Amino acid sequence: MSSIRCNDLCKTFEQGGETIVGLDHVSLSIEEGEFVCLSGPSGSGKTTLLNAMGGLDTPDSGRIQVGDAVLTDLSRGQLADMRLQNVGFVFQAYNLVPVLSARENVEFVMQVQGVDARQRSQRVQEVLAEVGLEGLESRLPAELSGGQQQRVAVARAIASKPKLVLADEPTANLDTRSAAQLMGLFVSLNQRGITFVIATHDSRVMGYARRLVKLQDGRMISDEAQEPTAMVV
Amino acid sequence: MRLPLATLLRLAWRNLWRNYRRTLIMLLAIAVGVWAMIAMSAFLRGMTDQMVRSGLNTLPGEVQIHQSNYRADPSVVNSMPPPDGDLLDALNQPPITAWTSRVRVPAMVSSEYDSRGVILLGVDPEGETAIGALPDTIVEGRFLSDADDRGVVLGQRLVERLDTAMGKRVVLMSQDPDNNVADRGARVVGIYRARLRSTEDTLVYAARNPTQSMLKLGSAVSEVAVIGGDYRHSESLVPPLAAAVTNMQLVQSWQQLDPYLGSMLKVQDGFTLIFMVVIFLALSFGLVNTLVMAVFERMREIGLMQALGMRPGLILLQVLIESVLLLSLGLIVGNVAAWLTIKPLESGIDISAVADGMEMMAMGTTLYPALDGRDMLTSTAIVVGLGILASLLPAWRAARLDPIRALAKT
Ligand SMILES: Nc1ncnc2c1ncn2[C@@H]1O[C@H](COP(=O)(O)OP(=O)(O)OP(=O)(O)O)[C@@H](O)[C@H]1O
Ligand SMILES: [Mg+2]
Repeated sequence: MSSIRCNDLCKTFEQGGETIVGLDHVSLSIEEGEFVCLSGPSGSGKTTLLNAMGGLDTPDSGRIQVGDAVLTDLSRGQLADMRLQNVGFVFQAYNLVPVLSARENVEFVMQVQGVDARQRSQRVQEVLAEVGLEGLESRLPAELSGGQQQRVAVARAIASKPKLVLADEPTANLDTRSAAQLMGLFVSLNQRGITFVIATHDSRVMGYARRLVKLQDGRMISDEAQEPTAMVV
Repeated sequence: MRLPLATLLRLAWRNLWRNYRRTLIMLLAIAVGVWAMIAMSAFLRGMTDQMVRSGLNTLPGEVQIHQSNYRADPSVVNSMPPPDGDLLDALNQPPITAWTSRVRVPAMVSSEYDSRGVILLGVDPEGETAIGALPDTIVEGRFLSDADDRGVVLGQRLVERLDTAMGKRVVLMSQDPDNNVADRGARVVGIYRARLRSTEDTLVYAARNPTQSMLKLGSAVSEVAVIGGDYRHSESLVPPLAAAVTNMQLVQSWQQLDPYLGSMLKVQDGFTLIFMVVIFLALSFGLVNTLVMAVFERMREIGLMQALGMRPGLILLQVLIESVLLLSLGLIVGNVAAWLTIKPLESGIDISAVADGMEMMAMGTTLYPALDGRDMLTSTAIVVGLGILASLLPAWRAARLDPIRALAKT
């Protein structure tokens, strides 16, 4: 269901009369349960590719299929629904609504997803505990550390049990310890079958991946399976 | 997708207080605007009410029956027999609550010093009492005791102009149906004051029977005056009477008798509405600005919500809820403030300092603002209705934000 097929994706941006290459004929297949890192220097197209896989952005050409859904054939509204129901997102920063507590942040998305009230409150407790935030449920984002905020974002991403989680520089604003904790969380969730695709240029993160995809100037320059080198703390 | 209304409300409420200073200022602006809408319409309504009432006072009687030619030529010639038969039956049943008949002719009043042209009313004091058409206040002496009273009651200003006084004699003079001079002497038994001083110059009260004999009218009268319930809806009294009168008689409501006065109420409603909309337009700039700023500040989280899969409609709704919340708070404060400040004034504000000017507008020296539930409802409807309309623009802008760009603004 959550395998990803990218075929010949191209994307350019116009900026100040200049044409910037975002993606340059990228083809990539990711199977269910994989733990993939997209790496490469700044501007290499990691975010662009990740956004395309998550239905946040549409390529100029090429075809993306996630599970049975051909994203490149869907309307904006359908893409929104797809994101809401099937993909968990973790962004670099500003992952949370500042005026809602940790619990409310998770619950809000579940409400929009249409999860009924009883199931919801139970599930919210469950996922917040899973990411190690018991006792902090009613704190506002500003009252949480960067690592804790990211873990709320993870809780929200996995609340509706998506098969796919996309994370864009999830550790960029975290200290080493928090980053390691977050990656440990990712690994354990991956072991339960959730597919992870993480865009990063953080070498600490790449060590957790079983597959490393390198991009440069919008092109895929390598795609290698690897044994994770990092220790899960 | 279900609508998480409770969460949206909570979100809107908290967002509102994120920039509490801006919210408070906007709240104050809305409250003052709403207060102004209601206060203004209360004063306007009070003024028109008074103009209409004063006008009715000089008519007097909300619905009147005359001989067909009377209005063109209000002289003794165009009198009619007193009500009987069908008309009498119609007058004595609902929706009519009271009626009276009177003689009303142009006449001359003379004292030993001066004479004045006036309108002589030959009335039945009991009947006038029943329809509430007595002079506003008797400042000296008494009103006529019954339909046979031989005295006259004059307005205070007329007394001054004629240089006469209580207990003195004046001469009433008019024409009988044969165009002969009809006159009689009468003692001033009472002096009245009217809300409109011009009324004091015009209306002279005498009892009906002596007036009828002076004018050689027999039992004939000039008009039948009728009241029933709310003066605003006098038109409904007309049909049953019109069905009962002869074809030589005409039944008219005060709106028809005095079309200028009649149109006053409608004009007032129109003005009220225009004023309210104008006040709101001034407000709407502040409102739109507040919302645009709020959306601008929250670009990233709005982008986040869209990235997570919340549809633009939900974002739009979120901004609209915030706006409606702000408007509702303003409405509550404004309405309560209006109630608290205007209700105590309903007993009247003394405007005698400027009243001479107001006389022209048929106003008295006291203004009675009239707080009306309908005006409060109208202002609420305008503020909420137009408020939502004005909020659509910022809400639309929020909904159309590109989530990628919004999120990229780190
Ligand atoms: N909305 C946009 N408008 C113009 N150019 C863009 C836009 N988004 C991305 N680009 C350009 O496309 C290229 C790829 O961008 P992308 O964000 O995918 O890189 P990245 O690998 O994620 O970089 P980083 O590591 O800095 O996040 C870059 O040159 C970037 O400047
Ligand atoms: Mg990036």
